[in-house]
Amino acid sequence: MTATESPTADISRSPAGNPLGFGRMIRKEDARFVRGQGHYVDDVNLPGMLHSAVLRSSYAHARIVSIDTSAAESHPKVKAVITGKILETLNLAWMPTLSGDVVSVLATDKVRFQGQEVAYVVAEDEYSARDALELIEVEYEPLPAVVDAKHALDPDAPVIRDDLEGRTDNKIYDWEAGDGAACDAVFAAAEVVVAEDIIYPRVHPAPMETCGSVAHMDKVTGKLTIWTTTQAPHAHRTIYALVAGLPEHKIQVISPDIGGGFGNKVGIYPGYVLSIVGSIATGAPVKWVEDRSENLMSTSFARDYHMHGEIAATRDGKILGLRVDVLADHGAFNGVAQPTKFPAGFFHIFTGSYDYPAAHCKVTAVYTNKALGGVAYACSFRITEAVYLVERMVDCLAFELKMDPAELRMKNLLRPEQFPYTSPTGWEYDSGDYPRALEEAMRIAGYAELRREQAERRAAAAQPGADPSAPLMGVGLSFFTEGVGAGPRKHMDILGLGMADGCELRIHPTGKAQLRLSVQTQGQGHETTFAQIVSHVIGLPPEDIEVIHGDTDNTPFGLGTYGSRSTPVSGAAAAVAAQRIKDKAKVIAAAALECSVDDLDWEHGRWFVKGDPSQGKTIAEIAMASHSSLELPEGVEGHLDASVVYNPPNLTYPFGAYICVVDVDPQTGAVKVRRFIAVDDCGPRINPMIVEGQVHGGLADGVGMALMEVIAFDPDGNNLGGSFMDYLLPTSMECPSWELGETVTPSPHHPIGVKGVGESATVGSPPAVVNAVLDALQIRQADMPFTPAATWRALQGRSFRPDLAIE
Amino acid sequence: MHVTVTVNGAERHADTEPRLLLVHFLRNTLGLTGTHWGCDTSNCGACTVWLDGVAVKSCTTLAAMADGHDVRTVEGLEVDGVLDAVQQGFIEEHGLQCGFCTTGMMMTARALLDRDPDPDEGTIREAISGNLCRCTGYENIVRAVRWAATHEAAARAADHQEVPV
Repeated sequence: MTATESPTADISRSPAGNPLGFGRMIRKEDARFVRGQGHYVDDVNLPGMLHSAVLRSSYAHARIVSIDTSAAESHPKVKAVITGKILETLNLAWMPTLSGDVVSVLATDKVRFQGQEVAYVVAEDEYSARDALELIEVEYEPLPAVVDAKHALDPDAPVIRDDLEGRTDNKIYDWEAGDGAACDAVFAAAEVVVAEDIIYPRVHPAPMETCGSVAHMDKVTGKLTIWTTTQAPHAHRTIYALVAGLPEHKIQVISPDIGGGFGNKVGIYPGYVLSIVGSIATGAPVKWVEDRSENLMSTSFARDYHMHGEIAATRDGKILGLRVDVLADHGAFNGVAQPTKFPAGFFHIFTGSYDYPAAHCKVTAVYTNKALGGVAYACSFRITEAVYLVERMVDCLAFELKMDPAELRMKNLLRPEQFPYTSPTGWEYDSGDYPRALEEAMRIAGYAELRREQAERRAAAAQPGADPSAPLMGVGLSFFTEGVGAGPRKHMDILGLGMADGCELRIHPTGKAQLRLSVQTQGQGHETTFAQIVSHVIGLPPEDIEVIHGDTDNTPFGLGTYGSRSTPVSGAAAAVAAQRIKDKAKVIAAAALECSVDDLDWEHGRWFVKGDPSQGKTIAEIAMASHSSLELPEGVEGHLDASVVYNPPNLTYPFGAYICVVDVDPQTGAVKVRRFIAVDDCGPRINPMIVEGQVHGGLADGVGMALMEVIAFDPDGNNLGGSFMDYLLPTSMECPSWELGETVTPSPHHPIGVKGVGESATVGSPPAVVNAVLDALQIRQADMPFTPAATWRALQGRSFRPDLAIE
Repeated sequence: MHVTVTVNGAERHADTEPRLLLVHFLRNTLGLTGTHWGCDTSNCGACTVWLDGVAVKSCTTLAAMADGHDVRTVEGLEVDGVLDAVQQGFIEEHGLQCGFCTTGMMMTARALLDRDPDPDEGTIREAISGNLCRCTGYENIVRAVRWAATHEAAARAADHQEVPV
């Protein structure tokens, strides 16, 4: 019942029984979590701390006529009431987004989505703060709302962003990638072209912990300390300095234990800024924690891509090209969090895992009266949308050609000898053996036997008098290529901050170490795996290496944890820092042993004299020597520390092959996931137990998105997914027991070959489930989520759009 | 109003508003922050505690309803420095990642094992279906509960053997 050891595991063990490097190891962080001693933002309680709450718009689109706060101000426990008008006097009513737009902190002129921040109350306790919200009178003049992205560019559509000078429509941008003319030529000559409209609906990352902050502005020292739910504490510090004009050296951002992120905690929300304003206004620490409805209605959503895909092929199933037109619904403000040069994220990796020359995509982004966001929910900067598109289109082609989807994929997958492979849209895939991964998934699944069972069931169902309630069996595949570890700073920055990450490693005199990281765990287990990375390189026991993170005063600068970038970028920084320690230790060992460095050999954790293994020094002994009176060679400084900033030369490209088996009740439309097989290749596995856990979580995401998760809107722009009674997450009952496999193809450019895995399964699994459902229904295309109602309607040939209220 | 609640074996008194939720009473009034507040609608289960031995969602229970009753929270699982088998199982089988759902999940699991010491996978899945987890895909939680069941059974067998004849 335990995770299997990866073939890349280090064999030797520490005194505590941990691997001296890679291998299964129970997590350091668990001791506090299982005792209820995790320390989350809402657990921060400071002397004299006040509480706060945000009044939100009940309308999707309305002009604010007046706001009367007098009754709220008279509440005996209220300390401050803040409106957009007050923020305007501080030049804080608007703040920049991560995509070159602005967003209101508190609305001044109009509200532009339901749930938008309108007023803010600070009070002695949270209940009083929420009571006072009820006392604020806001007079609105309702305006027609833009709900359907397909009508956002209609000539008579209301202009949402009339705050932006000269704006007369709702278009944010047009962007394209690939060679359109060459692609058109391939399509014009192709034997087969299949076209489909495919929606990846709006979903929400919905971490179990909502967003919040505790701000404390010390008026005497002028120092702002903010405990906040952030995946990127250093980036937040810089942004607070830029937004609020606070001196950056007087800002400390502390990201304590984070109860899940998945992209939800990358951006800066008005609530964080308001807690700072509240603390400045009252002179006391101020806590703000949103409730679940606020989380679902106002913080970063994900996806919302309306795609028109076309795939060209020969009649015998050789894919020739893929092109796609995307209508991207960005909500009322362009608040997407992604590298500056890539307005559609990494969507243009949509050619996927296959070998064909022609590809073109065009993305048009529009404003609608919905919450902002777009890149969240473990999507690897929209690679999940890209994978969903190509994997659906390949299945549509298989449907058209009446070809087995596994056979079609195998025929078109990139071959191992093509790596490094430059895709038609310019990505350089680092390494891979795709057919091996697909073969492994098919082997675990017993693919041929599944198809045989399916054929038998279908034959039985076609017999006269067949049981009309017999389940419809479906088998779905997906193959994904991820691009993670953003990224080379020459190409990738957020708000001008290059996406490199720092790391500091100190070996104390007694041989115990501290590793300081710029990235921030939200459950990924960095305190364990990063210790293992250092242990792998220098042989110190992982239990002797303390990982410090999530506090900008005590860690080096870096861009944080999202886009599966921690191990590819910060993990590389840790490995390089450890290598520098090892190299320096060799020089010090030579001085201590009175020999030449060339006379030394390395065994895990120890330099020794060639031919005389008894003469040697462990890293711990060398650490003590480095702090001692030992005379070091000219130019060698004392102590055993290293500081690294790692600028990745390329992304890393994890990949995988997934197979899902479903049974659909033809009378109710209920979908049961019978089996799910996932073969992931993320390079060597530092801690296979943690890798498997990451994959498990992502597979559940795929089941959620394919079968139940969606945030839809009614014609007035009312959010129909504003609580966990409406926005459904998968439970233990909808998830099968996952069947995992692995192949190992190291990244050639990463110091320890690892590729990152945090988002692989969330990216790869939705199309496998959807392909399985549509295979069961024997329908070419219908949109997820396949709730019982949606599945039943699809069976009737009357499928509906998931993003709007059902007519 | 005044409430008296026995929490993890110790009697606690407080003056509270009648509307105060049990989750906020535990977290803010008593400082027991191991119980988490996740959704307000009884869906997520991060706030699960025991009320008179029954697992309940403390976000939809008033503190007043616990007046005169017995509450057990995650802080009451470890006894005399020894982790409960459920806690140990979650560690051994990687049944947690971010830790936020974990405390409520363990209270549900403990309640299950107390009424059914040897649950199969389906029984475990049904028992924890009112507790949402966004990180683990539930697989390792099921394994963690099985780990606890297996080890407690072994411990009971060992105890039985040690009884003098």
